[in-house]
Amino acid sequence: MFTYVVRRILATIPVMVVVALFVFSLLFIAPGDPAAVIAGDQATPQDVERIRQSLGLDRPFLVQFSDWAWRLLHFDLGRSIFTNLPVSTMIAQRIEPTLSLMVVTLLLSIAVAVPIGVLAAWKAGSWFDRAIMGFAVFGFSVPVFVVGYLLAYFFALQLEWLPVQGYTSISQGLWPWLENLILPSIALGCVYIALIARITRATMLEVLQQDYIRTARAKGLAQGPILFIHALKNASVPIVTVIGIGIALLIGGAVVTESVFAIPGLGRLTVDAILRRDYPVIQGVVLLFSFLYVLVNLAIDLLYTVIDPRIRY
Amino acid sequence: MSPPPAIALPVEHVAAAPVLPDLWPPVKPLRGVMGFLRRHPTVAIGGALLILMVLMAVLAPYLWTVDPTTLNTSRRTRAPSDLYWFGTDMLGRDIYSRVVFGARVSLTVGFAVAILSSIVGLAIGLVSGMLRWADGLIMRVMDGLMSIPPILLAVALMALTRGSIGNVIMAITIAEIPRVSRLVRGVVLSLREQPYVDAAVAAGTRTPMLILRHILPNTIAPMTVQATYICASAMIIEAILSFIGAGVPPTVPSWGNIMAEGRALWQVKPFIVFFPAVFLSITVLAVNLLGDGMRDALDPRLAKAL
Repeated sequence: MFTYVVRRILATIPVMVVVALFVFSLLFIAPGDPAAVIAGDQATPQDVERIRQSLGLDRPFLVQFSDWAWRLLHFDLGRSIFTNLPVSTMIAQRIEPTLSLMVVTLLLSIAVAVPIGVLAAWKAGSWFDRAIMGFAVFGFSVPVFVVGYLLAYFFALQLEWLPVQGYTSISQGLWPWLENLILPSIALGCVYIALIARITRATMLEVLQQDYIRTARAKGLAQGPILFIHALKNASVPIVTVIGIGIALLIGGAVVTESVFAIPGLGRLTVDAILRRDYPVIQGVVLLFSFLYVLVNLAIDLLYTVIDPRIRY
Repeated sequence: MSPPPAIALPVEHVAAAPVLPDLWPPVKPLRGVMGFLRRHPTVAIGGALLILMVLMAVLAPYLWTVDPTTLNTSRRTRAPSDLYWFGTDMLGRDIYSRVVFGARVSLTVGFAVAILSSIVGLAIGLVSGMLRWADGLIMRVMDGLMSIPPILLAVALMALTRGSIGNVIMAITIAEIPRVSRLVRGVVLSLREQPYVDAAVAAGTRTPMLILRHILPNTIAPMTVQATYICASAMIIEAILSFIGAGVPPTVPSWGNIMAEGRALWQVKPFIVFFPAVFLSITVLAVNLLGDGMRDALDPRLAKAL
């Protein structure tokens, strides 16, 4: 068990190296001259040369990569071309809204998707099941910003139940914080809920066919405990796996959701960086999110042994 | 060479097969395409919607009402009317005509990404599945690529290149390749364990022929389904890229661009954002329905599970 944990943790290192190597080499594999693209159309040759040097594009690839990776190991992500602030500082200033949005969305999605997935499997073929599966297809099809605008239009502009946009720090109180996050997290959660509900239903359908479920029914257990304790527990491994994989959707969607709801987080930082062609900032955000994704999935892998004691390594 | 002599079976030693009672009604022959569509209504609905969208994109030059690029400051942000069916945007351009032309961008990007990432992913997946020594390395690289969220990967690529439809297609394709190659590799690995592949190997089939004749045809079905989902996700990513200003240049009318232009005004003029959003959602829905239907039709086991 212990050796497995160590091996699993070590196995994430090559993945992270590939991520870093790839994100770094984007500068080189991008067609055209990135320095000229970043400098913009009005730039003088001196500007282009200055940017080329600040990105380190004037030196051989391996020299630069080792240099860059060494600094990365010290959490130095370089400096923004536009503000000249360290990228790590800029990210630290903007990380709270994004993490808040993602955590609230994650909790909301699990709280909604798992029960409806279980019920859909229990009532397989019923109108409820069909409605949920129909919703899942819509959830996959309607882009996050469309859902965001619809929600904001009806619940904020028309009904005035919730603020239209903005963000309040959690240090200002729990409700003002949550109030601003409800609509964005529903919008962002739509795809995620569809994904989790679908896998929950599929796995539960399989588990509910098992003999021990029939035994539980035969000995007169109530439907609720059978579904949510006996069956769900055994269906949890694929569900947890999909929750982990779906974090990628959540991360991508957060960038857009933040623009729709004017949340000053990492997504807005990214969008601003795109408009200014501030590549070091984009690089930093991509690296941060990718490492976050790897770590979350590492944690989930290690969690398997806890939720399913039959899994032994 | 003369054909081998047929083995003469002594007829009197072979018992006649018992005649089975005809319990089941004879299976009705499928009535071609119509029968298929009737049994898979999602394919029919999705396909019909998608064909409508493709027609709209192809016939865009005949469907517009006002030149989509004409600026007219005297008719900015008009509400939908008889003349301007979907209203006009901040620069006085007709939104209906722009939305009609926007279908071209979305569909081009969706189809191109689906085809390109399928081809590249297929090649990588085949190599990885067939060559054991390459598998470990390729899959570590794919694991790494897959841990970069696709939208962010596309954003990073777009930040380094000039905004153009070609670059958008390239950026999204690179982001989607790992998923296809994982799928193909999985299929190849399971096919390799099939007895008929063993038989082909035992019969002396060389690897290229083995891949071409025995492995490749069986990857087509799951690949087609995957390609439709990739098409849908590529259209969404394209719209997102354009929406946040990292996609096709603002001069090209794409649904994401129209929404990006309406973003600042959406609280007072929601129709600017609304119409492209509806068209985008319907198109993605059509492709997803098509994908779901094909998955059910091509893989009955999965259909039962999902």
